[in-house]
This record gives sequence, structure tokens and C-alpha cells, in this order.
Amino acid sequence: MKYPLIAAGLCAATVAGAETPILNVYTYDSFTSDWGPGPAVEAAFEDICACDLQFSAVGDGAALIARLNLEGDHSEADVVLGLDTNLADAALAEQFFAPHGIEMPTLNLPIEWSNDTYVPYDWGYFAFVYDNTKKDTIPANFRDLAASDLKIVIQDPRSSTPGLGLLMWVKAAYGDEAPAIWGDLEDNIITVTKGWSESYGMFTAGEADMVLSYTTSPAYHLIAEEDASKSSASFDEGHYLQVEVAAVTKSSDQPELARQFLDFMVSDTFQTIIPTTNWMYPAATPAAGLPDGFETLTTPDKALLIPAEEAGALREAALVEWLDALSQ
Amino acid sequence: MARRAFTISPLGLWGAASAALLLFLTLGTLLAVAMKAEFTQGLGRADISALCFTLTQAFFSALLSVAFAIPVARALARRQFWGRQILITLLGAPFILPVIVAVLGLLAVFGRNGLFNQTLAMFGIETVSIYGFSGVLLAHVFFNLPLATRLILQAWLAIPSERYRLAQSLGFHPNDVFRQIELPMLREVVPGIFAIVFLICTTSFAVALTLGGGPRATTLELAIYQALRSDFDPGKAALLSSIQFALCTLAALIAWYFTKQQSTAAGFDRVVQRTDVNTLPLRMIDASVIAFAAMFVILPLAMVVERGLSGILTLPSVVWVAALRSVVMALASSAVMLALVLPLALIAARRRKAWPEAVAYLSVSASPLVIGTGLFILLNPYFSPRDLALPITIFVNAAMSIPFALRALLPEVRAVEATWSPLADQLGMRGMARFRLMLLPRIRRPMGFALGLTAALSMGDLGVVALFADPDAGTLPLMIFRLMGAYRMEQAAGAALLLLMLSLTMFMGFDRGGRQNAAT
Amino acid sequence: MLRLNQLEITQGTFRLLADLSIPAGEKIAVIGASGGGKSTLLALIAGFIAPKSGQLIWQDNDITDLPPAKRPISMIFQDNNLFPHLTAAQNVGLGISPALRLTQEDHTKITSALDRVGLADMATRKPAALSGGQIARVALARLLVQGNTLVLLDEPFAALGPAMRAEMLDLVSELVSEIGATLLMVSHAPEDAKRIADQVVLVSDGIAHVPKRTKDLFENPPTAMREWIG
Repeated sequence: MKYPLIAAGLCAATVAGAETPILNVYTYDSFTSDWGPGPAVEAAFEDICACDLQFSAVGDGAALIARLNLEGDHSEADVVLGLDTNLADAALAEQFFAPHGIEMPTLNLPIEWSNDTYVPYDWGYFAFVYDNTKKDTIPANFRDLAASDLKIVIQDPRSSTPGLGLLMWVKAAYGDEAPAIWGDLEDNIITVTKGWSESYGMFTAGEADMVLSYTTSPAYHLIAEEDASKSSASFDEGHYLQVEVAAVTKSSDQPELARQFLDFMVSDTFQTIIPTTNWMYPAATPAAGLPDGFETLTTPDKALLIPAEEAGALREAALVEWLDALSQ
Repeated sequence: MARRAFTISPLGLWGAASAALLLFLTLGTLLAVAMKAEFTQGLGRADISALCFTLTQAFFSALLSVAFAIPVARALARRQFWGRQILITLLGAPFILPVIVAVLGLLAVFGRNGLFNQTLAMFGIETVSIYGFSGVLLAHVFFNLPLATRLILQAWLAIPSERYRLAQSLGFHPNDVFRQIELPMLREVVPGIFAIVFLICTTSFAVALTLGGGPRATTLELAIYQALRSDFDPGKAALLSSIQFALCTLAALIAWYFTKQQSTAAGFDRVVQRTDVNTLPLRMIDASVIAFAAMFVILPLAMVVERGLSGILTLPSVVWVAALRSVVMALASSAVMLALVLPLALIAARRRKAWPEAVAYLSVSASPLVIGTGLFILLNPYFSPRDLALPITIFVNAAMSIPFALRALLPEVRAVEATWSPLADQLGMRGMARFRLMLLPRIRRPMGFALGLTAALSMGDLGVVALFADPDAGTLPLMIFRLMGAYRMEQAAGAALLLLMLSLTMFMGFDRGGRQNAAT
Repeated sequence: MLRLNQLEITQGTFRLLADLSIPAGEKIAVIGASGGGKSTLLALIAGFIAPKSGQLIWQDNDITDLPPAKRPISMIFQDNNLFPHLTAAQNVGLGISPALRLTQEDHTKITSALDRVGLADMATRKPAALSGGQIARVALARLLVQGNTLVLLDEPFAALGPAMRAEMLDLVSELVSEIGATLLMVSHAPEDAKRIADQVVLVSDGIAHVPKRTKDLFENPPTAMREWIG
């Protein structure tokens, strides 16, 4: 056990601050994994910051917020990285975060970004991924999908960020018709899983024809496995967007360092790491462009996104609709 | 003797400390979560239906698990065949696998594209979908049939062979043997085993959801998860968790009402030679029961193995390091479990108290999420969570194994106390000497089983400690999850195979160690 | 002298009274009908059950409230006299140190005790590798090293054949005489009582009667005794 660290924790940062400053970044688990961006990001930032970057990881974006709520005033977090636009709203900003105060580079998001708290670092479209060697008639929208006999596996909006994304996607595309769409989809849905990993695992094991994932998922198979058999279906009602963001906490004892990190996040170094580790689009395309293979991905004509402010209110109602439609 | 019963003994203190820790982890953490509540929505319509679904599926899961376990245990108890011991060990495997791995194995057999449906399709029979209520039951039976079998088998083997001999000399028909000897034994043990399986199933979440085919299969645990995660309503989580505890209490009371104290001495894992069951029909029945159970349990495991074979060779070194870390932590959990369970077993056996069992039951029905969250609320103001990752993981895993360990140990501890305490009292063997020279050597076998089970359960754990996880010191199950999260399904399958092998090795090592050193 | 002073034992509806003295150095057989309370009397003396009232006095000391091991008593049970996981020598050693912390001197004592009962070469065997008679001898060797002045035998050697049992009783008698101990033996075989007991305590009708000389009692048995002999 690291007794000195406990002591340091007890005496707050007064002792620790005398030595190398520590930057605490809260994020979701897969970001910090050996296959995620974490290790490269840590090494690159520590090269320039004369600090010790420490990740703390929890399950996903929603779990991050739960943790902030639990910690209250005791939070060690300086930066929270990995919230998405369904969760990161003004109320949350008011409660936990300080304005980012950094100079934003040119972003290549499909939407206009002008938020002074949340810094976007990557983004992607939700999409249904399928195996193009097994299926060739691909639905062009949710109605087609519902009419087909394709079997899909999705995630539960109550326990999964992409699951919540799908809920908002159908809501954004169909509004009041959403319950009917879910009703029609019911016989296509094999099952609903707790998280993305279970779903994707079932899909790769051949249990489902399609899985709720991202348009960028095929890039992994293509680039890392040289396997071109995975594609994502392009839906003509548009694809729901996920923008992942970070913010500085109000309670940070290293606000300068935290802002330096946010700045670093939209820099070329960080943005170059993202595509082949987080398998998402970088928020600011690096000078060298996107890795080979990304040009093969489906690019939706229309991006859907319910602003965070409205998402919060819509979520409850959409969830009830979803539960009702699928519980019959 | 009676006049000294009320003095505070070291054993009493030790037992009280152990019980206090368990109560802290179960009720204490619940209280911590409840105190955090600022507002509470109360129970909605969805929560009530979650409660109903939880109860229904847990009841039928327990019913089916126990109903199937009885013939399997009977067949294993009265038949000797090659590979019997290995089969009994393998029967423990589903219980100790991480949920996600076990579910994928199960789907490989019973899923849409699984072996079962492929076979049906080969014969032109329409395929069946397991998703739905039947899928939930199938999965829960898969997880719990082995545990129920193992516990019933132990009781079966504890029937003194003299009774069978007596039955044989009286010319009992196997049906008479069942009615006069085996049924009374079953009436003693089955209510408790039913209760324990029922309670395990009430805290199911990911399995029920995945196999249940959607939000119809929403359990209380999912509602708790939702309350803590997206709604951030600790009050509601505490309320739901209290309902789980109330269910636990109710189940335990019902079980206690139906259970008569098991008076027989614990048995030895030997097959009673029985000439009365050597008729062809009975042999056929037993053979098919064993074959069915073996297929049911081993096929999904075989699929886990088959899928993992290609991945295991390409595992990066971090996964091996995590595996080593998991093994060390599992061993530590086992040691802690033993320190916690022994005083409880001794107090239950020596002083004929019921509270140690009651305390142990609590941790079956504790919501892992509430435990984790409660601990976090209590400890976070004083400690950095990542510094506590290691001890918390070890202690929580140990505590979660206590109910099973106690069930395994208690009959034998009771038997040792009943048989040997006059001699030990007469010789003045007390305290550590009595423990070391009388108790330990006599309970090696159930202790080996309990240690192995704890080690294996700890290997597979992921749930409780998520809030305390130190990203730089991941365990093997976390690595599997991370590999899957990074699209590396093949390597994840390899890591799952590694986990399966390590868990089984530790389980077998302890189990066999206990068996071999158990002097006759 | 062992004095059972107005002792009363109750267990449910069962009740036993004992008010008698046993001279030191005597060999006593406790006899009576099955279920009459013989073993209960012995368990009381050994300290396994507490009396409702009365005192148990040994050589002017009140031992009524002492735990079993603090009494000057060695006891041999019907069975389970040896721990199966310990060797013969270790089982004997428990009589010296219940934690088996043994000095070189203790080991010598154990060896000579085993030698005395004729098991010099069996010291390292575990009970599973010993015969019934040998197991009984190990228990007797332990009795030797314990060196207690009061020896209790609860229907000992019941599992042995008549010839072997007689041999064991003779050995017990010799050993008890050697260490100058007082012997109380519960038995339901009249020939056992006749073989080694100086006096007999008859337990009948809820009363442990005062000891009588064995010879007198068998020559002129009271009614309760006659039923028992058959």
C-alpha cells in the first residue's frame, strides 16, 4: 500500500504541491486502458507539463457524473474527460465546472460549437454495424430496419451511453412517432445488453446481424485487423451525433495545469492519438489528416443532435416510451 | 461449563469483529447510501414491475436449479465412474466465471447461432429463441445448478453408510431408501439451498437483462444501478436495496422454518456401495442425468475454451501481469475469508447460535452496487479511492464468499465439535491449541472447498470495486472488459480462457489440497 | 477421598441424587440399568455437566466449578479417544501439553509410557494403522503421562472382544495401582466389575447408592441389582 499517498491525500495538496504537481483526470475506463488513448496521452502531456498526470477511471460518462455527485467537496478531480453531449448540460456545468478559458482551434465537428465550459475532443455517429460478407440488403432507415427480418442487438439506455444515444436518435428523428418506431422494431431486437461490450461481443460471435455502435467501428477492423468485412448502415433520416467533451472542475487545485491540459487536448499531438485508439473522429483534424482507412467510412448526410439543455428533459419521457414499447 | 458461558472469550470477540465487518459491508453501506439521499422519487410503476419480475424469476430459477440438482446429486452420490471427480470440479465452473464470459459461452450453445439451434436446423427443425423468461431461467440454472448440486451432494455423502447397509439388509427397494433415508435428508438441506439460490438470483442484473431479451427483464438490481448512475437518487437506491434485504430476511425465515437442524455427521466424499441400485433402468436414469448435466455445463465452457484458444497466445504482457495480480488478490481474499468465517462457524457450532448464519445470509442479498457506493461515500472523505483499491477488493470479495463458505464448513465444524470436544475438554485443549490440533485437521476438506471457491469467485469479480479501481493496477476481469471495449474480442476471449483456467486451477488446487491432507 | 456431597443432577424429567464418598486408591465399578444415569454421574464428576446443587470434593478441595481439564482427572471415553490425524506419540503427548509443546524430557516420558503399554515401536503410527486393542493402549499410555489421581472410564473397550477386554482391564488395573490413582469405571458387564473393582456403586431409581464391597454385593444382590444381572 502507498501509505505516503494516503498521507498526502489526508493533508490535501499542501504537501504534494511542494513537489511535482499532480493533475487528476477523471475519465471512463476504456480511455485509460492499454489499448485506449490514455498511455500515449499521459506520456505526451508529461513531456511538456513537468507534472504527474494521473487518471482515475470509472465505467462511463454517466458513472463519472455519479462519482462527482458522490464526492461532493472531496473530489480530487481537476479535469473530467469523457462526458457526452446527452449528459453535459448547463446545470451540470453550473454545479461542477469552471469555464475552460482556452483558445479553441478550428474544429471540424458537424455542428457549431460555442460552449465556454465543455471542450470537445472527439466525436462520432451512432450507427448499426453489420458484416458485409453476410448481409447485402441493408436498411436505409429505421422503418426499413423494422420491416426487415434483420436481428439487432442494442444497449439499455438506463445503463449505457450508446444505448441512451440510440434512444435520443429515434426521438430526434421521429419525435412523437418514436414509440411507434420502437414498437415496430421490437421483433428485430434480439436483446438489450447492459453495455456496449456485451452487444459488440454478441455481434462478433454471430449472434446478431447488426449491432448498435458507431460509423467509426469498421475503421478498427480495417486498420487494426485488415478486415474489411464490417460496415455501418447509412440511415437517411440522419445519424445521431456523439460529441465527447472535457471540462475543468471548479474545485481544482491545479486550474492552470488543468487548462494547459484542455489546451493540449485540442492540440495536434492529442488529436493524432485519438482516431486509432478511441476509434472516433478527432475534434480538430490534425495537420497530417485522418489515418488511412477512415475515408472508407460511412459519412451521414445529416447529423442529428438534441442540445444538452433539451436532452435532459426529453430523456425521461423517451425512456418511458421505450420501456412501454419494449415491455409488452 | 454453563456457568462460564457469559464471559467474553477471544472467540466471542473474534466472532463479533467478523460479524461487525459483515454488517458494516451490508447494512452499514446501505445506511451510508440512504444518508446521502436529498430527495427521493419513491417507487414508480417501473420499480414495482421490476420487483415482481425479480421475485418471479428468482423463485422459478431456484426451483428449477434445485429440482434438477437433486437427481444429479443422487446420481453422483451413488455412481462411481471415470472422471467423476473432474466432473464435480467442472460443475463449479459456471458459478465462478465472470458474467460476460459465461453469457457468451451460453449463447454459443443456446443462442440464435448456437450449437443447439444449428443442430435443430440440420434436422430441419425450426430453431428456438432463448431470449425471454425461459432464457433468464436457463442462464440462472446454468449458474446455480452446479452450486446446488455440490451442496446437495455433500449432504448426500454425509448419510452414514450404515443406514444404507441397514436398508439393504431389510430388503428396501430404492424407493423405500428414498422415502426413509434420502427424503428426510433432502428436507433438511433443500430449503436452505433453495433460499441461497433464490437470493443469488434476486441480485442478478446483466444476465437477466441479456437473456431476458430486453426491458421486460428488468430486475431490482438494474433499478438500483439506474438510481445510482443516471438518476443519482441514492435514497431510491437505498429503498430498493432495503427491499432486497427484506426479501432476504423473508427467504431466510421461510428456509429456517422448513429446515430441521442437520444432525448427521458430515460425510466423506466416498461412494457408498449399493447393490440395490444396480438395476438397468436405474443405471440408465443416472447415466442420462449425469450426461445431461455434464453437457449442459460443459458445452458452454468448451465454447469458452474453443473461442479463447487463438487469442490466448497473443495476449500482451499487461494481461499476464493483471492475471498475476488477480491470483495474488484471490489468494489474499481466501485468507481473509477464512479469518472471517471460522469464528462464525465455531460460534454457530459450539454455542448453537443462529445469528452467524443470519449475518452471512445478508451478504448474498446485498446489492454489490450499494456496497461499493456506500463504501465510497464513507471512505472517500478520508482516503483516496485508488489507494484503497487493493484492500477493499480483497475484503469485499472475501465477504461476498462468506455465505457459501459457511454453508460448506458448518456441518463439518458441528460434527467435529460434537465428536471431539469431550476429549479436547478433558485434555484441556483450548484456544489456539484446540484450533490447530483439533479443528483445522478435521475440517481440511470443506475448508479446501471454501478457499477454492473464494479464490475463484474473487478471480471473476468485477462489480463491487469499480468505484475503487486503480486504472494502473487492473485485474484480469477488468482486462477482459477493456479488451472488449477496445474491439479486441479475440484477445478478450483468450483472456477469458486464461481466467477460466486460473480460476479452475486454484479451485482444484485448494479442493484437492484439502482432500489429500485430510487424514482419516 | 472423593466426596459427592448432596449432589443433584436434573436433565429434563431425569433426576439423579448422589451422596457418597469414595476412598482414595480404590477401584470402583459404577453399575446399573441402561439409561439409569451411570454415564451422567461420570460426566458430572469429569465436569462435562454441572449439578443443580451440591458439591464435589476431592481431597478437601471443592472442584464442583472447575472446568474438566483443571480437575485431577484422566478419562477414557467409549470411543473417540485418539485424534485420527495425530500419531500415537502425539496423542499421548496431548496428556502432557494440550498444545503439543513438548520438551526433550517430555518425549522421553512419552516413549517410556508407550513402552509400558507395549507399543514402543508404534509411536509414529496414526490410529488408522492401529488395531482396536492398540488404540486402547495408546489411550492408557496417555493416562500414564497425565499422572492424574482420579481415573474415569466410561464403558471402555466396549468394541473389543471379551478376551481382549479382560486383558485391557488387567492392564488398567495394574497402571492405576502403579500411579496410585482412584478408578471409577462405568460398566454394564458384571464380569468386568468382578474382575477389577474393589467396590461397586449401584445406580438405580434416580439414586447413586453408597459403594459396597464387590464380593458382598454379588453374593447378596439387592432387587435392582438382580434385575440387572438377569
